Amino acid sequence: MKRKYSVGNGLSFLLLAGVVGYFIGLGIDAVIMKNIRWTAPVPSAFSLLCAFTAFFFGVYGYRGITRGLVYQVVWTLIGGLLVTGIRALLGLSAFGGFFFTEPAWVFGALVGAVAFLFGVGVMDDWVKWARGIDTPEFHEDEPGWEKYLGVSLDHKVIGIQYTVTALFLIAVGGTFALIFRTELAASGLQFLNVGMNLFGQNGPQLYNTLMSLHGMIMIVSILLGIAGIINYAVPMLVGAHDMAFPRLNAFAYWVSVPAAVLLLMSLVLGGFDTGWTGYPPLSVKAPVGQQMFFLGVFVAGWSSILGALNVIATVVRMRAKGMTAWRMPILVWASVATSLIALTATQLIGLSFQLVMFQRLFGMGFFDPAKGGNPVLFQHLFWFYSHPAVYVFVLPGLGVISELLPVFVRKPLFGYRWVAMSSLGIALVGFLVWAHHMFTSGMNEYLRVPFMYSTLLVAVPTGVKFFSWVATIWNGKISTPTPMLFVLGAIVVFLMGGLSGPPNATISVDLHLHDTYFIVGHFHDTIFGGFVFPFFAAIYYWFPKATGRRMSEFWGKVHFWLMTPSFFVLTFGMMRVGLLGMRRRIADYDPAQGFDTTHLILTIAAFAIALSVLIFLINFFHSIKHGEKAEGNIWNSRSPEWQVPSPMPAHNYETPFEVVGEPYDYGLPGAKYIEFMPAQGGKH
Amino acid sequence: MRHFVIVGILVIALAVLTYVGLNSAGLMPVPASAQAGPIDWLWDVQVKAMSFLFALIVVPMLYSLLVFRRKKGDTTDAVHVEGNTTLEIAWTIIPLFVVLGMAYIGAQNLGEIRRADPNAMVVNVTGFQWGWSFEYPDYGITSKELYLPVNKQVLLKMTSRDVIHSFWVPEFRVKQDLVPGRITELRITPTMLGDTYKVRCAEICGTSHAYMEQPVIVVEKVAFDAWVAEQQALAAGAGQTPEGRGLALVTANGCRGCHSIDGAPGVGPTWFQLAGSEVPLSGGGTVTADDAYLAESILQPQAKIVAGFETQQMPTYNFTEEQLADIIAYIKTLK
Repeated sequence: MKRKYSVGNGLSFLLLAGVVGYFIGLGIDAVIMKNIRWTAPVPSAFSLLCAFTAFFFGVYGYRGITRGLVYQVVWTLIGGLLVTGIRALLGLSAFGGFFFTEPAWVFGALVGAVAFLFGVGVMDDWVKWARGIDTPEFHEDEPGWEKYLGVSLDHKVIGIQYTVTALFLIAVGGTFALIFRTELAASGLQFLNVGMNLFGQNGPQLYNTLMSLHGMIMIVSILLGIAGIINYAVPMLVGAHDMAFPRLNAFAYWVSVPAAVLLLMSLVLGGFDTGWTGYPPLSVKAPVGQQMFFLGVFVAGWSSILGALNVIATVVRMRAKGMTAWRMPILVWASVATSLIALTATQLIGLSFQLVMFQRLFGMGFFDPAKGGNPVLFQHLFWFYSHPAVYVFVLPGLGVISELLPVFVRKPLFGYRWVAMSSLGIALVGFLVWAHHMFTSGMNEYLRVPFMYSTLLVAVPTGVKFFSWVATIWNGKISTPTPMLFVLGAIVVFLMGGLSGPPNATISVDLHLHDTYFIVGHFHDTIFGGFVFPFFAAIYYWFPKATGRRMSEFWGKVHFWLMTPSFFVLTFGMMRVGLLGMRRRIADYDPAQGFDTTHLILTIAAFAIALSVLIFLINFFHSIKHGEKAEGNIWNSRSPEWQVPSPMPAHNYETPFEVVGEPYDYGLPGAKYIEFMPAQGGKH
Repeated sequence: MRHFVIVGILVIALAVLTYVGLNSAGLMPVPASAQAGPIDWLWDVQVKAMSFLFALIVVPMLYSLLVFRRKKGDTTDAVHVEGNTTLEIAWTIIPLFVVLGMAYIGAQNLGEIRRADPNAMVVNVTGFQWGWSFEYPDYGITSKELYLPVNKQVLLKMTSRDVIHSFWVPEFRVKQDLVPGRITELRITPTMLGDTYKVRCAEICGTSHAYMEQPVIVVEKVAFDAWVAEQQALAAGAGQTPEGRGLALVTANGCRGCHSIDGAPGVGPTWFQLAGSEVPLSGGGTVTADDAYLAESILQPQAKIVAGFETQQMPTYNFTEEQLADIIAYIKTLK
């Protein structure tokens, strides 16, 4: 197909369709509600959906992601109308304040998410197999960037799809944060006030929605971000030509796209005001946006579970000859540890949200005390995933730190086996600590003590990592290009998160700290140290492998030196006001508490971080075409993927390699990690 | 060896500096309860530990960066050191015992702050969207403010009428959720007089979560007794008229958390000049706010939704006929 599409085309389509969609929505809403409602949810929802779809149409044409989005929109409406029709026949109310009634929205949204998968084409091969039609084992991708907007089975393409989607969601979640951070710059309500109305929500409600969505969108972006690193790097690191199940891999990625759409739909369908935790009974009372949030998380969970399954199968079955467990790159160990948690715990958050969905839809009183239910039960189910989840977020990042440190200090990773085992240790202990989120919840008082013990135990394997990193750096010949800067930043930031953790584990002190900004500061430190900094390090490090070009060192350093100090100001300030009495999740604070100045500084710091990320994004997209050429082993790494020219060819190594030594034997003359085997007849 | 000595000295110096710096910043609010003592003590122990561990990791890192950094033109690798099993065992076992010790101290500390006084004064706390109500069963009074006598343990028996809330007065430190359908308990012994404390809801509970704050006032025993007597007299007087009883009901049920009485916008429609007015409804049309409409809107809030309040869900209340009449009588006084 001759190229007639472009980003410019997409942007003009986006604007046009946004306006047209808005008026279509306004018309539909006016017909149903017999009233013209300019700021009602339906026109905004139509506008956003049409704009997105048209953008991809302009960029890519009616195929791949565009067709997926069109299918999702159309089938959401068909599903919704089906339920609406049944309700009308039964004599129930057919339409509500949000156009469809809640059951119609939920059913429609679920049908729409499934339809997306068929539309985008990720089910094609399976459907053909079911009908007895053979398909080729490998599909050739289009050359150039267009392959990223359709279904590809190449783990590297999928890894980059994950990474770019994660960056997009980070930008969205970050924008939400800037909006409510601006609102918090001074006490009193600035612009999210009671008088304003957007998407059927007044200011404080919109604040709650944005704050809640910031949490969950960032969580999903992290899950996609680590999936990006793992998908891109792990098959190359173990010498495989792809993941064990390439079609499942593509499915796991593409299912996250309708999930993200559902999460964003919650914003325009009345929002929800529960925070990302969605505790009932509050989540039972919230508008229909709550259901879109539940569904979005539920669908995103599939991505996480199936992706984890694939990683474990790949590492277990597809390692190169001679790559015994103790010779695997450390990032592979971390990926396995994180996948074990994601594979076995994600079901619990899906279950807990599903129970609330059923309570809302069918009146099942799981968490309703009037019907014999128990609101605290939800918290147990929820945290049984959501605590281990934070180790899902950080273990790959800690793996990146351990993987890159030896390269830039030119020394072996100190205590390789201990570092590898500490990941599994954290994963295991992580399953036994969930109730430390519930010390004030009214759970059994004496059960809190064993959870304090188990929680403090997490410090032991985490400590092993820190001491091993310091010992690795000690006496190394250290150089500090951008990836290394982010690795060092990650260690210090994660240290802040680690050190501010134990006070929350000791019950009595936690009774003061719980649900304050101290916690907010603490977990932003753990997530930035365990995910954001290593994620940036990984991107700067592997960018040349993916593109054959490197990102600008100068702008990389500007990014680092702007983001790091701003981030310290942000989280220290959060912890400071938290200790003094600033509660979490509030749109406004009592001026008598004297937090105005600190919050103004925090807001400025937040904008500085946003600016640094913007610089990163420009550097990222600009370097794809215009970066300095870097086709060789520019970091002088021993890792197998750097022993072949960049960018990596479609099925990775032309000739398979054999592992003949230790992965990190820097400084040992003559030591080799891998040797390429003499070419044999067979492929792969 | 020289490197280790320098780093050792620097670690101690930075640890002391960090601790002194943090401590002089005044990290906690004033300790105004007996429970704050042990909590602040344990927090201080942890700040010391944090300062030391911070220095222990950061100093050798920065030192290495400065002293061992790659010299210009040097392309060789560093020394080949794979690890040291003794060291690894040491930095596994020692932290293990440290955290077990910390957990043991933490359990002792929890015991201290939960010490119960059998003669504690009981206050029944009800949380609702969005406010607090405090009932003193020993004195037969209900208040919007939590009045407490100093140096006397109070046992808060708490529940919620709608969603989960959390009772927190930062100066008292301890915090406890209020869960619908059950009673949770919290014991506090105020030790500092003051009228600027506030109970602040710490668990997100919807639109006006930020404003779910009410005064907590700690006074001498004598002043407390006087306040009780005054409240009892007021309650007795208000009980004589329908408007007075209505006001008491409205206060106890927290209606004014959402409905203003002066025309100010709120989560729910204002009550100012409501009685007898024409109310625009969601989906078109109006209704006259007569007694029947007001009664229906209190008992079945979703029956007729006022335009602009579609996303709000008012809880359902069960009032008797007499109570309804009292509340409507009160609303009619707001002209």
